[in-house]
This record gives sequence, structure tokens and C-alpha cells, in this order.
Amino acid sequence: MFKNNIKVALIGNPNTGKTSLFNQLTGLTQKVGNYPGVTVDKKEGTCRLSATQNAIITDLPGTYSINPTSVDESIVLKTLLKKDIKESPDVILVVADVENLKRNLLLFSQIKDLEIPTVLAINMVDQMSRKGISIDLTALKEELNTEVVLISARKNRGIDAVKDAIIKCHIAAKASPMCDNKKIDPAYFDQLKAINPNYSLYELWLMVTQKNFPEGISKEEKEQLLSFNKDVSKLRRYQHKETIYRYQEINKVLKKTYIVDKSKATDVRSKLDKIFTHKIFGYFIFLLVLLLIFQAIFDWSSLPMDLIDTTFAQLSDFARSNLPAGVLSDLIVEGIIPGIGGVIIFIPQIAILFLFIAVLEETGYMSRVVFLMDKIMRRFGMNGKSVIPLISGTACAIPAIMATRTISSWKERLITILVVPFTTCSARLPVYAILISLIIPETKIFGFYNLQAFTLLMLYALGFVTAILAAYILQKTLKTESNSFFVVEMPNYKLPSVKNVLFDVLEKTKAFVLGAGKIILALSVVLWFLASNGPESYKDAKKNTISKAENSNVSPDELLQKIASAKLENSYIGIMGKSIAPVIKPLGYDWKIGIALITSFAAREVFVGTLATIYSVGSDDENTTTIKEKMRSEVNPATGEKIFNFPAGMSLLVFYAFAMQCMATLAIVKRETKTWKWPLIQLFGMTGLAYVCSLIVFQILK
Amino acid sequence: MSTIASLRIGEMGYISEESLDVIPLKLLEMGCLPGAEVRLVQIAPLKDPLYICVNGSHLAIRKETAAQIKILKVNL
Repeated sequence: MFKNNIKVALIGNPNTGKTSLFNQLTGLTQKVGNYPGVTVDKKEGTCRLSATQNAIITDLPGTYSINPTSVDESIVLKTLLKKDIKESPDVILVVADVENLKRNLLLFSQIKDLEIPTVLAINMVDQMSRKGISIDLTALKEELNTEVVLISARKNRGIDAVKDAIIKCHIAAKASPMCDNKKIDPAYFDQLKAINPNYSLYELWLMVTQKNFPEGISKEEKEQLLSFNKDVSKLRRYQHKETIYRYQEINKVLKKTYIVDKSKATDVRSKLDKIFTHKIFGYFIFLLVLLLIFQAIFDWSSLPMDLIDTTFAQLSDFARSNLPAGVLSDLIVEGIIPGIGGVIIFIPQIAILFLFIAVLEETGYMSRVVFLMDKIMRRFGMNGKSVIPLISGTACAIPAIMATRTISSWKERLITILVVPFTTCSARLPVYAILISLIIPETKIFGFYNLQAFTLLMLYALGFVTAILAAYILQKTLKTESNSFFVVEMPNYKLPSVKNVLFDVLEKTKAFVLGAGKIILALSVVLWFLASNGPESYKDAKKNTISKAENSNVSPDELLQKIASAKLENSYIGIMGKSIAPVIKPLGYDWKIGIALITSFAAREVFVGTLATIYSVGSDDENTTTIKEKMRSEVNPATGEKIFNFPAGMSLLVFYAFAMQCMATLAIVKRETKTWKWPLIQLFGMTGLAYVCSLIVFQILK
Repeated sequence: MSTIASLRIGEMGYISEESLDVIPLKLLEMGCLPGAEVRLVQIAPLKDPLYICVNGSHLAIRKETAAQIKILKVNL
């Protein structure tokens, strides 16, 4: 029988190998959930500590201090201040980097003062001798008054010692503070402590400085605590004094226990830095990395994507021929299976992108990119850290928006969130592909460059440029003030760990499938319903099509397709398409394109599938050429002109480049900004821009 | 008086005590303390941000922040 699981919170500075330790301790038992009340992902896993004892380990976001400056970091404070039995950790495991022990101990000292049993795991000790570091472990344990273990998480060394230390620490329940803020101002802090003796002095101090109150604090106590908050400059001064005091205490401890022989330090870092942050080579290498990423996203993913595409088409066929006819089968065959397929198809591109980002972050290169790009991005109201979301946006805006959480300035983060959907995501690609092949001739420019490929490249450039320009305008117009400043740690270069990278890719891909996937799937089902139901005229569509004189001589297959087309025309969604027809006519679109625009809200690539149905092509996926042929020959009955001519095609390309047509993105933006204001601004702003630009393009080219 | 922003690459200084109030808390917590030795490692190609090493931490901070932190220059 297992005793109750020990709840362990894993905390540490970024770049300390916290993730490696988490992966070693929990392996494949990890799952990502949500923190109650907040929406940042919570990573949890189970770890077998001994034959009779398990632990639930929660991986908290990396932070340098308990005092948060970004959304990610505020989670740490919120989790640690919770007093309810279910959520609060029994033991805190602090991971520290042996090379940067002094700074890492600042966080440790803060945690220790919460008076929760704390284990210190000093990581990367395999590099101690190379870096000339030696540690007196026994003395350090004594000085810090807690369990200390030396580990090398990547090499899987010292992991058992960590497990033992957790058990020991849990049983001993030693929870003494390391620093005593009373030394700063005894009277002031005595008064603070008197408010509620159930909390440690440091917890009460955090409540004052961070205005974060756990449920156990009564309204009266809250008011008392807030009264401490009135003198802001005093508060600030005391926070500064506290930090200095902490470092003094840490220095005392390290003087007795930690020795560095600086003559042994090697200098790989500065050599690599000279190249990666060089004013020419630096940007050149970054450009090469970007090209490699884009190349990989397109090249490596085409095979699995084709495979997924055909598999789901076959699955649909299989289901259709094996399920009894009826509404439920229709729902499965036409709504659910294509809906799931529409999500799965993005996995290869997204996984490849995450793979690159994980590798770049693991090696420490990403911090150099942030360093290189900050000044440029700042001119447009963003941040060096905005580069990562903007690159991610080329696969999908959803993970890109989630990647903005590390940006501590709210204004810079908000601008990044707002402009990311302009970057050309993978859902736009099938739309671009079919339109380009319709309107752009397959000629070579400059003698060798394919004009179609060039157009695609220009559309990507258009997305980026628009994102940057939109950011510039937002920077000038947004009134949001933000006072937080910019600091990035430049970590040591290291080889990426395969395990960490794979786990990261797996976790983020899963988050995409479950998050965005739900919405895309739900919308596909709604759209299926709207397309397969309608008023009276819908029910008569079959009869009317068969009885039409012109249809008396067509083959049975062709007749079925015509019926499908007529049904769609008279379905609810067909009616919707017709009702927006007058609005989109000036852009060069007819009601059929209108339907496709509406269905694109599930995911943009649905455009192609919808047109396939409307132009009554059989739904089997080998028919892209036929769709193309049908689209090419489609004629406007009023004017006799082709629908997909050059002006209308260009107008559509521009529309898809700018318009906000992704419900899943809107939902994520709502989640991250906690208000509908920003997603609505995106929806109307971007779609409005798309309308105006498409109008101009069509009217000029017409 | 010189500040971190006035250092040249490779130069060092000690953060002055009077800077305590202008150093953002987060930077203090990351080791950028009065009295600490600070070295300018690298300047970004567009002259901003600055890459510094202080108290064993390698950090990139913006010039506007660096210009507020006064130092006593070490003449090598």
C-alpha cells in the first residue's frame, strides 16, 4: 500500500536543467493540465520515490525570484501562497546550477522563508572539475539547514539521492526560514507578523508586495495588509534592502562552502558569442537558421501530410460504406472524420517547428537571437522575445500566441499577440496553392525562378511586413502603459538533450491538438449541420435537380454531384453565402465563394474542400486537378466572365492574407488577454483591412 | 560619473552604492548589486541592448536601464 502521495513542487531559475530533472523523475507519466482559475499550462508527473512512497511532481515555470515580472512567473507565487491542503506542496525541490549557485540561492532563500520543507538539488556537477568548482556538501547542508544533493540530471546521476532527500525532508518537516526580514526594520515587520500568525512573515510580506491574497486571509486582514502597501517608495526600498540582505547571507554561506578556481575556466562562450552576435555573421546565421526552418516545414512535412490526407479520405469512405445510412453516419462521415483530419493534418508542420524552436532554446542560441533583434523589434513596439512568436506564427498562430508569455512588458506582449495572426500560417497554404495555380502562369522570371513560387514567397513577405507595420501603428495608438523592463539571461551554450527536445515537442503538439483541435472539430460539426440542413427548398433540391430538363441525359455520377451541389446551394450555409453576396460582389466574389469564406472560420484550408463540394466534384481527395479545372471554367452567368480570373484571384489572395478567419486563434487571444476586446479588435480590424485591400486590388486590376 | 552604458567592451567597473534605488528589483535579484563587479561583454550590432556579466550572471539589458546604473570604473 502506498501512503499518501507527497506533493512536490519543482522550482528553479531558467537554464538550470530543471526540465531535465523533471523528465528524469517523471518520464512518460507527465501530463499537462490547467491551474484552477488561471490558464497557464501545469505540468505534472508521478515519481516513484521508494517501494512504498510515490510523489506527484509539479513543474513550475522557471523564475529568478518569487516576485513575478511575467505571466509565467506569477504562477510560482500563486502556487506557493496557496494554503489549501489540496494544492499546496508538501516539499519544494529547488534546482540550482552549480556554476551560478550564488544567484540560484536567492530564489532558494525566498522559498525557504515560506517555511515549507525544501530540498536543494545542485545540478550539472559533472562540470565542476572542469570549471574549477568545489563544494563542501556537509557544511552546505548544515549552513542551509536542509537536504542538499549534487546531481547531473542529463547524465541521470544523483536522481535516487534526490528521491531519498524528498522523503527525508518530508518526514523531518524541517521548515526554518533562512533570512529574517525583521533585521531590516523590526517594528515594521513585527506589526506585519501580528496580522496573522498562521502565515510566515515572508508570506505576509509577499501578500503586501504582490497584492496576492490566499483564501485563508479574511477581509479585515486583507485591509490591514493593504495599509502596508500605501507607502510605495518605502515598500520598494525595503524590497531592495531585502535583496541585498539575502545576498549577504548567501555570501556568508558560500564563503564557507564553495570555492571557484577561476584559472580553470574555459572560454567557449565568448568565442561562440563573437560569432553569433557579430554584426554581420550574427544576422547572416540567423537568416540561414530561418531559411532552414522554413525549408524543413515545407519539405519534411509534405510526405506525412499527404499520408494523413489520404488516410482520412479512406477512413471516410470506409465509414460510409460500412455504417448504416442515416443522420448519425452522415455526422461521422462528413462532420467528425474530416474535422479530426483537419486538425491532424497540421501536426507534422507544427511538430517540426516546435522541434527547431526547442533545439534553438536548449542550445542557448535563442537568447542570442533575442539580443540581436531587440533593438529592431523595439522600433515596432515589440521585444526581442517577439521573434519567437513571429516565427512560430508561420506554422500556427495558436502556439505562437502562447509563446508570448515570457514577454514581461504587457504592451509589447499585447502588440505581439495582436499582430501574430498576420504571419502566414500553414492553414493559408492550401488556399494560396490552389489560387496561385489558377491565376499565375507557370513561367520563369529572371530566367530561372518559378513565378508561382515567387508569388508564394511574396505572400509570406506580405504577411511579415503587414505584421510589422500593424505593430508600428499599434505602438503609436495603444495607450497601455507598462513599466516592466527588459532583461534576458545569456545562458551557456550546450548541446541539446534529445529527451528534453522530444518531450517538449510532444507536449506542445499535444496542447495544440487538444486546445485548437477542440474548436476546429466543433466548428466542423456545426458547419456540417448548416451545410446538410435547410428550409423547404433544401428538401426539394434533389427532386428539382432530377426533374430539370438539362439533367435528363447526364450520367448517374454526374447527377449525384449536381444534386449535392443543389442541396448545398439551398442549405442554411448556402443561404448565408447568398446573403453576403452583395457585400462581397465589389471584391469580385460570388455567393459560392461567400460560402467558402464563411466555412473558412473553422480553419482557412476548409476553403478548398468547400469549393470542391459546391462545384460538385466528388469528395475523394485525388481530385485537386478537377477542382482546379472546375474553378477555372466557372463563369459568371451575368457577365459571361470567368469567376477565378486574375483580378478576383488576386483579390482573394489578399483577403486570405489579411482577414482574421480563425475561431481557434480568437479563442486563444481571449484566453491570454482575459477580455473579448482584443479578439474583437482583431476580428474586425483584420477583416476590415482585408475587405478594403481586396476591394482596391480587384477594382484596380478589373 | 560613468554608468554601465559608458563602458567599452571588455571594460569593468563596480556598481556604486547610490545606484541602489534606480536598479530594478528584478535586476538586483539577478545579481546586479551595488558593490558588484560588472563587465561589458558585448554590445548588440545596433548599439543596444548591452550584454554584461555581473556577479557570475550573463545578462542582456537595454541601454536605457544601463545608463541609469552608476559605476566606479576600474582602470586596467
